[in-house]
Amino acid sequence: MNHLLSWIIWLPIIGMVAIAFVPRDKSELIKQIAAAVSGIQLLLTIYLWQIFDASVGTFQFMERAEWIPSFNITYILGVDGLSLPMVFLMALIGFIGVFVSWNINKAVKGYFSLFLLLNTGVMGVFLALDFFLFYIFWEVMLLPMYFLIGMWGGPQREYAAIKFFIYTLAGSVLMLIAILALYFTCGNTFDMLVLMETASTALNGMLWWGMSAIKVIWVLLFIGFAIKVPVFPFHTWLPLAHVEAPTAISVILAGVLLKLGVYGILRINYTMLPDGVFWFAGALAVLGLINVIWGAMCALAQKDLKKLVAYSSVNHMGYTLLGMAAVIAAAGMNGDNLISAQAGVGGAVFQMFNHGTISAMLFILVGVIYDRAHHRDIEGFGGLASQMPVYTAFVAVAFFAGLGLPGFSGFVSEAMIFIGAFPIFKTIVIISTLGILLNAAYFLWAFQRMFFGPANEKYNDLPEINKRELFTVVPLAVITLILGVYPRPFLDLVAATLNVLIESVVSFGGLAAASM
Amino acid sequence: MSNLNSLTHFWPELILTVTVLVAIIADLLYRKEDSFKVAWWVLGGLALTLFAVRMSGGALSELFMGTIAMDPFANFFKVLVLISTTFVILMSFDSADLKGYRVGEYFSIMAIMAFGLFLMASAIDVIMVYLAIEIVSIMSFFLAGYLKKKQDSNEASLKYVIYGAFSSGIMLYGLSLLFGLTGTTKFFEMREAIAQLGPEANLALILSAVFILVGFGYKISAVPFHFWTPDVYEGSPTTITAYLSVAPKAAGFAMLIRFFNQVFGDGYPLGAETWTALNNVPWPQLVAVLAAATMTVGNLVAIQQSSVKRMLAYSSIAHAGYMMMALPLMSQSGVYGIMMYLLMYLFMNLGAFYVVIYVQGKTGGESFDDYNGLGWRMPFVAGVMTLFMVALTGLPPTAGFIGKFYIFAAVIEAGSQYYWLAFVGVINSVVSLYYYIRVVKHMYLTGDRSESIALPTSMLTTAILIALAIPTFVFGWYFSDVAEWINNSLVIFQGM
Repeated sequence: MNHLLSWIIWLPIIGMVAIAFVPRDKSELIKQIAAAVSGIQLLLTIYLWQIFDASVGTFQFMERAEWIPSFNITYILGVDGLSLPMVFLMALIGFIGVFVSWNINKAVKGYFSLFLLLNTGVMGVFLALDFFLFYIFWEVMLLPMYFLIGMWGGPQREYAAIKFFIYTLAGSVLMLIAILALYFTCGNTFDMLVLMETASTALNGMLWWGMSAIKVIWVLLFIGFAIKVPVFPFHTWLPLAHVEAPTAISVILAGVLLKLGVYGILRINYTMLPDGVFWFAGALAVLGLINVIWGAMCALAQKDLKKLVAYSSVNHMGYTLLGMAAVIAAAGMNGDNLISAQAGVGGAVFQMFNHGTISAMLFILVGVIYDRAHHRDIEGFGGLASQMPVYTAFVAVAFFAGLGLPGFSGFVSEAMIFIGAFPIFKTIVIISTLGILLNAAYFLWAFQRMFFGPANEKYNDLPEINKRELFTVVPLAVITLILGVYPRPFLDLVAATLNVLIESVVSFGGLAAASM
Repeated sequence: MSNLNSLTHFWPELILTVTVLVAIIADLLYRKEDSFKVAWWVLGGLALTLFAVRMSGGALSELFMGTIAMDPFANFFKVLVLISTTFVILMSFDSADLKGYRVGEYFSIMAIMAFGLFLMASAIDVIMVYLAIEIVSIMSFFLAGYLKKKQDSNEASLKYVIYGAFSSGIMLYGLSLLFGLTGTTKFFEMREAIAQLGPEANLALILSAVFILVGFGYKISAVPFHFWTPDVYEGSPTTITAYLSVAPKAAGFAMLIRFFNQVFGDGYPLGAETWTALNNVPWPQLVAVLAAATMTVGNLVAIQQSSVKRMLAYSSIAHAGYMMMALPLMSQSGVYGIMMYLLMYLFMNLGAFYVVIYVQGKTGGESFDDYNGLGWRMPFVAGVMTLFMVALTGLPPTAGFIGKFYIFAAVIEAGSQYYWLAFVGVINSVVSLYYYIRVVKHMYLTGDRSESIALPTSMLTTAILIALAIPTFVFGWYFSDVAEWINNSLVIFQGM
């Protein structure tokens, strides 16, 4: 199939147009269209996975078309081992998200149109290889997200929505400056593939107000992405947005949108400005550590289950940063260090994927109990295990996966990250293992308070998790378990690409690091 | 070119003049309730003028003994003026403000104003500069005060007169200093004379440049010459507010660029040496600071407004600031960026004001609270308003982003000494998100869901909204042809 990537990106827009023609009172039909479109998209990404050649680390299924020749803007798409898992994750979560939002009954038409638009935006960011296109997709996500939180969210939704919007926009406009600076200093091009080749050399030795140009651009891009991750101290929008957003949107937000930040850092900062990686890696590891500990401590203090899960995202994304920082290990020239770099970066990417599935599962399960009890106060439950045994089992799976119990995928990726980062950041790794402990503490404590102890009389007749909800949770749980015992398929998929990435960081950065 | 020969190249303006006369005579023949029909005569005249402008193509020459330039640059601005005048006239049909007034004059004054704006875009003689500015200003005073039964409108007009007279007085003083230094009124002769001046003339030269900048700054409502803007914009009929925020601003930029490029430049079309004659003062930095101040003040004050119309008035100051970011560069891409921005801004800003006019007609108010629940009651109008707000914020994929993109690109291209300006610019767009999205918030997030849906009843309303919304959206991702057009229009007459 030609233009496979374009189909994956634009299919939701087709669905959106189709929905526009459906009368607003036929809400079942609208949901079915959304489900069908995301279903086809998921099948397409599975097909893409099947025909993707994991043995090479370069971009595949490239598409290239003239767009605005006078400004050298081109429509370029491509997929590699870094973006493919993310594309799959988005398609999966997008598909599941439709079913999670099945009981939305306010302005169904608007909801699903925006939902599909969001899907297109995210897919576009993962697949775009032209910086201008990348930026357009990056910004296209904002408005649907604003509406989805602001219109269908909880009591504080307006504030949460505008806070999310302003934070993210502030980050992305800084990114715009960086993109334009790269454009004009690296030969008037937005082509990311070209920039990956030229940026490092073109910027080498350039000074802006006495600062190295590489550092300035690195930081501008990093702030843009860090807000999305979110990295401490830019994380304050996240708990609020998560708590106020409707369940399906929290699922997408945690499952996919947070990955955009890490993806951006790996795709752009790492490949275009490898010299900066060496300069920033230490800070990245420290920020990762802060995220881990801060997120865990905040989670421990929460009374609202959804907020707890939201802070656990901050914690989990911290590990990703730590793993990414380990790439500089490869600068030493012996083989062991290369292996730890591979473990670190591979672990980071794997952690992104795992956090996608695990946090999605967690948010869906929070949504399940909220739909029934209409509150999420951890203290307000008790003894639910006897009321809802199946639900309890799934929450147990999700919590155990979240705290990184061996046998679940989260354990594998966190272990890889620690192994990778240990040789270079010994102290940081040792402190951040404390995070794992805190992790276990807040999850188990919450579990105990909600499911054990005396049963709360109020909730004697809570209905058990239903089939639709099971349908949304089971695939995620299965993936978590399979990848927990047999992570090979995933690691093989990303290995070649990450090796190329590590090599480029090392070969560029190793040389230029000294001269910066 | 001699006066008589010039007339054969002066078709667009001649047609406009005839249009004005026809409109005045037609107004005499219609009864009061029919006076709206004058608009159709004016629209016909504008269409013919547009045709004539397009016909004159890429001709490059001076007319009327070196007082008026004929070049693609002027033509570009003439087209902008014609498009905005046409839209504003069409928008006037729906205006609740104008109900109960005899409006024949209103339309003929608008045609005279278009004529003045044409002259502003093409003047290359300081006398003509002053004449053009005064034609436009006096017509603006009329239009701002058109609602004679409304106190606000009278106040607006009076404020406008006082500010206008004051700033054009200062400008005239600057121009006379310049005349005293150079002994001529023509741009190109001035440039040559300035090049001959010794260092003792520096002070006078800088003073004259500053005074002249005051006049232009007033026209494009740059800080600190912006104080008239909010009150005039609020008191005027909303149609006129829309017009004032677009057309005179465009012509003001055209005139400013042409004047500084040709009088203080070094004879090259556009480029780094543009401010040659003023290199004793950090002139580009001064203009850059004015730009930063303009957008910041506009944005910060816009946040506090409770009326959408007034918010748009302040935000139009901020937009002038964004465009001014490209002024200190005076580079090819900077002027290109300003032209691109003006074109994009025309559609989105007129669109936003038209929605204000429409909502004012339906709900009788223009405060944010009058927009509560609009998304449910008038989904179409609210939908396009959302588009305009998003575009004014500068988010892709809308025209507003492309305008900003070109401006920022020009600023960044100019080198790292202007990065701070780009930084101020982007932070300001984030700030502007807050008040633009507030309109969206009131339309969709606040207010109860209503089951009764009101679509615009008149075809004309729908057509105008669509005609403004389509470019606002389409230019956000397809602007190749526009880019090409502006590129071809970037030819400024540089003397014979």
